[in-house]
Amino acid sequence: MSRTITTSDKKPAPRPDIIGGHTLSMYVNNKPGVLMRICQIFARRAYNIDSLVVSQGRDPRFSRLTLGISGDPAGLPQIILQCDKLIDVIHCFEHTPDNSVVRELALVKVSVEGGEKRTEVLQIVEHFGGKTVDLSEASMIIRVEGASDKVDAAIRLLNNYDIIETVRTGKVVMARGEQST
Amino acid sequence: MAIAKQEEMDGAQALIKTLNELGVEYIFGYSGGAALPMFDALETVESNIKFVLTRHEQGATHMADGYARATGKPGVVLVTSGPGAGNTITGIMTAQMDSVPMIILSGQQVTWMLGKDAFQEADIFGITIPVVKHNFLVRETNELPKVAREAFHIATTGRPGPVLIDVPKNVSQSPFTGDLDAQIDLPGYNPEKAMDIDSSSLEEAARLINLAKKPVILAGHGAMIAGAEAELMELANRTESPVTSTLLGKGVFPESHPLSVGMLGMHGTAYANKAICECDLLINVGSRFDDRIIGQADKFCAQAKIIHIEIDSAEVGKMIVPDVAVVGDAKVALKQLLPMIEQADHADWLEHINGYKKKYPLGYKKQGGLRMQQVLDEIHELTNGEAIITTDVGQHQMWAAQFYLNEASFKWISSGGAGTMGFGFPAAIGAQFACPDETVIAVAGDGGFQMTLCEIATAVIHKLPIKILVLNNHYLGMVRQWQELFFDNRESGVDLEGNPDFVKLAEAYGCKGINIKRPADVKKKLQEALDYNDGPVLINAECVKTDNVFPMIPAGAALEDMLIEPPKHKMAKPVGST
Repeated sequence: MSRTITTSDKKPAPRPDIIGGHTLSMYVNNKPGVLMRICQIFARRAYNIDSLVVSQGRDPRFSRLTLGISGDPAGLPQIILQCDKLIDVIHCFEHTPDNSVVRELALVKVSVEGGEKRTEVLQIVEHFGGKTVDLSEASMIIRVEGASDKVDAAIRLLNNYDIIETVRTGKVVMARGEQST
Repeated sequence: MAIAKQEEMDGAQALIKTLNELGVEYIFGYSGGAALPMFDALETVESNIKFVLTRHEQGATHMADGYARATGKPGVVLVTSGPGAGNTITGIMTAQMDSVPMIILSGQQVTWMLGKDAFQEADIFGITIPVVKHNFLVRETNELPKVAREAFHIATTGRPGPVLIDVPKNVSQSPFTGDLDAQIDLPGYNPEKAMDIDSSSLEEAARLINLAKKPVILAGHGAMIAGAEAELMELANRTESPVTSTLLGKGVFPESHPLSVGMLGMHGTAYANKAICECDLLINVGSRFDDRIIGQADKFCAQAKIIHIEIDSAEVGKMIVPDVAVVGDAKVALKQLLPMIEQADHADWLEHINGYKKKYPLGYKKQGGLRMQQVLDEIHELTNGEAIITTDVGQHQMWAAQFYLNEASFKWISSGGAGTMGFGFPAAIGAQFACPDETVIAVAGDGGFQMTLCEIATAVIHKLPIKILVLNNHYLGMVRQWQELFFDNRESGVDLEGNPDFVKLAEAYGCKGINIKRPADVKKKLQEALDYNDGPVLINAECVKTDNVFPMIPAGAALEDMLIEPPKHKMAKPVGST
């Protein structure tokens, strides 16, 4: 195969830093510029946005945001209030693992050139309930989904093979029970 | 059903009609290409709006700010795109920091040119996000009246602030076919919540107040904005508490009242800061615990319980974690709190504080040249503390705060949070438009005044009888003071050599000018200025060059480390704050 893909994804990151980070959900006006207002608040106080998922709400006038945040936990309650204060933010909540469901999805492209590793890779995929969504002679794309730590574990095992690149959606969160997200 | 035929108009005309309905009296601004339709609408729409052409867009924002702070009504600014809008940033930031309601209308390139570096295009929507309460980029002509109503609602309710409306030229000059009375739609904004206060927080606050032996009330700008003067007076009398105020809270509690201890903080009175250091309960009514008043946060009121009455929940716990947070409008909160407060007897505590008042009075030397303090002291006496005072930023501002005691709200107009030099004089123009029958005095240093002095023309044209008091020490005095105290007196970038002859400069604009050089002349010359009402008058007071403001709490130091007089030893550089 003549094609070479240079990507930093080849070197495994230590552990995705969204683990242990904070998960915020926001319900916001679906308008241009809203994301800028939110991102500026985090940047000013030196918080990093590790993951960000934005999608239109069931009511198209609004959008849902899930943010994975890392930074000083002591300042976080005030940051949440500052986000809540934005005119375009309907509400902003922090969610913890015990009161919410968090899911994300990853696509992992693994080189299986030669074919001898293919069976081992497929065993890992099966173990994590993943799916092969693309298969060629030289590579395959695997889809893994679930809680972030499960996705991390799958990628960690796949790191033993020749990963060409990975793409993660970032986490989405929903509050359990009667509480709103 | 017959629908009344709406007269034909364009977006700009619909916008100006709406502003008129919203009660706008004055628009301060500067014209330009992208704003042409809005300027034309000012001529073609029948309205009560008077347009004031300034000499710089920054001046327009400070005038709107001064108008707003003197009336409580939003000040309105109209500028063009690109550099016009860019010049408003400092003024918008100033209003945002000090919770001042302001509406800024900016012209903009046509929508299909946005993002293409078209002539005088600037992404003012993006640029201003960090310095506004909210902003809009209007893309639909028919949205204009609704957006204007939303902007006014946002600017004036809850914790007030500036709102910018960016109006592309094609949006303002296209035909308007929408509803002039379209209602606002702001699902994420609920300022009415501030009127609904958690009763358990009030009960807990009342319990602490009734237990306190040495309470102090800290009155901030929030108490003034809420109109809580009467409730504050009742609280002070019933709890027998000394009352200190922030720089922006000056006047919400009369400063000549026996319970008043004046301003606290970095250059506050010694007795206010001592009261804070020794109290057992601090009742903060509408102040955000700015770093200029708390010094070192972990030592601030460490010995005391703290109650924080605050309309903006994002301010609670930001600088100081209170024992009780009462989130809501200050007037509503105090009204509901007062019935639970018992009449206290704190004669010993008040006696103790009065001892400090006698021991550490504010003063100044009467010999060795003219002192800024004397000029301010005398103008306070000549105007019975009833004038509207605007200031710039620096030594003159702190001395004005110390020596011009304010007796009522909305009479002290000073840039606090932003510390904007060049603010005071244009703010005085806005205040004089708002209050034509009041004496308005712009107190400025020679540095800040030169940043916006082009507005003398604006004051002259409108014959505004503003007293422009330039306290001239030929220095950026506050910075020089810091260099003297903390940088071994190495002066760097503070000598304003080349100052013009301010009296001649004033006369070149057609403005009356008066020089004061000798302490003995101060009263007579100030009286001459106060008696002149045919237009603005500039008083240039040649003051001692190297005087310092005391008391002083070095930035980020604890209140107990206050310097009441010049230090005898070398000072460490402040590190806790700028």
